[in-house]
Amino acid sequence: MKSSVIVFPGSNCDRDIAVALEKFQIKNQMIWHNDASLPKSDLVVLPGGFSYGDYLRTGCIASKSKILDDVIKHAKNGGLLLGICNGFQILTETGLLPGVLLRNKKLRFLSKNVFLKVINFNNRFCHNYKKKDTIELPIAHNEGNYFANEKEIKKLEDNDLIAFKYSDKEGNINENTNPNGSSQNIAGILNNKKNILGMMPHPERLIDPLLSGEDGSLMFESLIKS
Amino acid sequence: MEITPEIIDRHGIKPEEYKKIISLIGKKPNMLELGIFSAMWNEHCSYKSSKKYLKSLPTKNEKVIQGPGENAGVIDIGDNDAIVFKIESHNHPSFIEPYQGAATGVGGILRDVFTMGARPIAILNSIHFGSHEHPKTKNLLNGVVSGIGGYGNCIGVPTVGGEVKFDSSYNENILVNAMAVGLVKKDKIFYSKAKGYNQPVIYVGSKTGRDGIHGASMASAEFDENAESKKPTVQVGDPFTEKLLLEACLELMKDDSIISIQDMGAAGLTSSSIEMASKGNLGIEINLNKIPCREKKMTPYEMMLSESQERMLLIINSEKIESAKKIFVKWGLDFSVIGKTTNTKNLILNFNDEEVAKLPLSALSDDVPIYDRKWEKNKAPLKKKLQIDYKSFKILESLKKILMSPNNAEKSWVWEQYDQTVMGDTIQKSGGDSAVVRIHGKNKGVAITVDSSAHYCLANPIIGGKQIVSECWRNLISVGASPIAITNCLNFGNPEKDKIMGQFVECVDGISQACVYLDFPVVSGNVSFYNETKNKAISPTPTIGGVGLIKNLDTMMTNNIKEIGSFILVIGKTLGHLNQSEFFREVVGIKDGPPPAVNLFNEKNNGLLVQNLISKKLLNSVHDVSSGGILFALTEMCMSGNIGVKIKIPNNKIMPHEYLFGEDQSRYLIEVNEKNKNEVCKTLEKNSIFYEMLGKTQKDSLVLDKEFNIKLNDLVEINSSWFKSYFKEN
Repeated sequence: MKSSVIVFPGSNCDRDIAVALEKFQIKNQMIWHNDASLPKSDLVVLPGGFSYGDYLRTGCIASKSKILDDVIKHAKNGGLLLGICNGFQILTETGLLPGVLLRNKKLRFLSKNVFLKVINFNNRFCHNYKKKDTIELPIAHNEGNYFANEKEIKKLEDNDLIAFKYSDKEGNINENTNPNGSSQNIAGILNNKKNILGMMPHPERLIDPLLSGEDGSLMFESLIKS
Repeated sequence: MEITPEIIDRHGIKPEEYKKIISLIGKKPNMLELGIFSAMWNEHCSYKSSKKYLKSLPTKNEKVIQGPGENAGVIDIGDNDAIVFKIESHNHPSFIEPYQGAATGVGGILRDVFTMGARPIAILNSIHFGSHEHPKTKNLLNGVVSGIGGYGNCIGVPTVGGEVKFDSSYNENILVNAMAVGLVKKDKIFYSKAKGYNQPVIYVGSKTGRDGIHGASMASAEFDENAESKKPTVQVGDPFTEKLLLEACLELMKDDSIISIQDMGAAGLTSSSIEMASKGNLGIEINLNKIPCREKKMTPYEMMLSESQERMLLIINSEKIESAKKIFVKWGLDFSVIGKTTNTKNLILNFNDEEVAKLPLSALSDDVPIYDRKWEKNKAPLKKKLQIDYKSFKILESLKKILMSPNNAEKSWVWEQYDQTVMGDTIQKSGGDSAVVRIHGKNKGVAITVDSSAHYCLANPIIGGKQIVSECWRNLISVGASPIAITNCLNFGNPEKDKIMGQFVECVDGISQACVYLDFPVVSGNVSFYNETKNKAISPTPTIGGVGLIKNLDTMMTNNIKEIGSFILVIGKTLGHLNQSEFFREVVGIKDGPPPAVNLFNEKNNGLLVQNLISKKLLNSVHDVSSGGILFALTEMCMSGNIGVKIKIPNNKIMPHEYLFGEDQSRYLIEVNEKNKNEVCKTLEKNSIFYEMLGKTQKDSLVLDKEFNIKLNDLVEINSSWFKSYFKEN
């Protein structure tokens, strides 16, 4: 499997995701945002960080980067596209995924491990999570409060496009288990064809027992198995 | 413009210092030259009051590659890896503008580290605020924490640990000390010393604006009621640009283009250019028309004294200019050849084809006035026999009071605003005895901690100085590390006052004694004087940042209790010293008396033995016993492991309160399982290490024989209540 990680000025989880991909024998290349074309890839990742310093609006300037034309083409042709944290914000700015990511409800940056209930297993990213009721991953963001209008939310629900919801360890989904105020506790969503996943939590940060868990590994294992 | 005594005074230069300037340069300085002197000769940059005493600190051991005098200290951690680290204060600006002050404090210390060629891998901080009831505290706390997070989170370096403290002595002078740690290949370290003349001097990074002018001078004076009016001296940070600067510098450092490099921190272009040239015993000539400026019509005075952030000065191999420029252009940063090194040993500044300043470099750096200030010995308080009706202070109620006091409350409200896990190598984050960060791609790591204990230092600066180094050492031992070296940030009041100078001299003496005994040298640091407003100084607050090595992460230790049915032992002797303890301060309300004595012999022996037991994998968990005493330390171990303990006080010669809350030094709590118990006890006995059996771990409650039984969940609730109610959440 071949992957490309897009590096924007201000990306800061680019190395972390590259380490994770390589750990699972995915052949990865780092692609500079200003490059004209994307090399042939099975998977493209928009990494976390503060592309363009979050100026104007998170993800906004990056969504107009030169390489994004090719990234969008890749996704429209059915290629896998994963946006983590700032990558998710970029995906909503491009319109590839619906909704927006607002500032956290408490208006503070939030960095902690959270539990997630996996809502949709039937996609290339998540089928390995079938054996788990809930998973644990870190979040680290200031703008992770997912918002979409009722119509969009209904569409996500009706088409089973919600990938993850914030929960507690037992899988309860309610206001108390919502760290940032997201609509319906949404932590990650898919597009209609389920080849694009945008998520606020960081799977690349939990791929090693020394790092307090390996639930992130399961996603990369899903990707290489499929 | 004529230089009047008022102008000289406004530059923080004393009349006798002005006379010295004239005799050194053989002329009356012009405004620009006076500004340059004020930037170089102020306390913050010149260490003129502290130098004499800093010399007494040990700065070398076999692991030290670079001691004080460079942008940061460097230690060897084997396999061609080296660790670069330093702590620095940003107290004055943070009080005036908490978000930007704290943010640029982080930015500045990160630059010190990557200037040396290291990729920053961790940020820590020590922040002190006034009483929680003081009207400014909430806003300052909020601003500082979000400023630290705002900078570190954006640049993508994890903030892995630190401390947050409250005390009324900081009401009008908060402390913001930031520490950065970086990783570099031992053979790829970059230094600030210029080499060779006629080499191009290059300015890279952000443009120069009018922010932070005279920042360093501002930090070298007391505040008065007009502190707010100093806002324009506070720098404004842009972590995004710093991230670009970091990546561009590290990219350029891959080959040998750079001859020397220095970040523009305090006193900006002035201090960086002068330091590089004078270290290299050269001269430097700058054309100020080449400085990239953010604002129109900036004067030479403004350009030289601006403390705009995210800027660097480089001296580059002249053949490499084009390839270097390409890198900075790729990252969207300014790159401008602004001058050259010369063999004149002068600083020459040109503007609009005119020479606007000419100063001998020696006058600016070597001839800085050094003061041998008068100081007064502190009267160490003696231990008095106190008549305290201990029975009126129920042990459980006392523990609860300590757990919900601002200084001991659980601080996730703070830590959660810092990205602690970016870079994927944070093995232990805030909450442990030390943070542990893995060396990328290897199975080894560095342990890092930041500690201070101002009220011990106020009561007895010598003991306080010793104690804080010892505690730092102990915290590193507790996670299974071998302590290597420290960096220190010495925060004090006005050194022109004998009493304050005495606190400084004696604290440094204590630090020095402990560092020498523990072979724990000081490799970098900074001094922050004048933390004083309207004649009220802060408590003397030396902050110590320590670094140790964990050669094999399989032997790393944590402080959470691991299993039910194991044993808790106290290593080290408990005498029951309660003066200056959390119990006395928070529960009984007694704030005087001496701090606990520090016996460096026991400190070292106990520590090395615990280290040995950890390396043999004989222990389940380890926690150092410090403020709050045994019961507080034990409660923390239980809460983080979610396993309870039943204890019985093994010593009936002292009162239970003395045993449980006493803050005697050199002690650890260790958890040992049934299987290893005999071997551990035998080893302790063989090495004549004093220990006591305290209790046995059990399910979910903390029990003191015949006294109390409380569920851990309740303790967790109490411990996490303070911040929530302070910020009215949930």
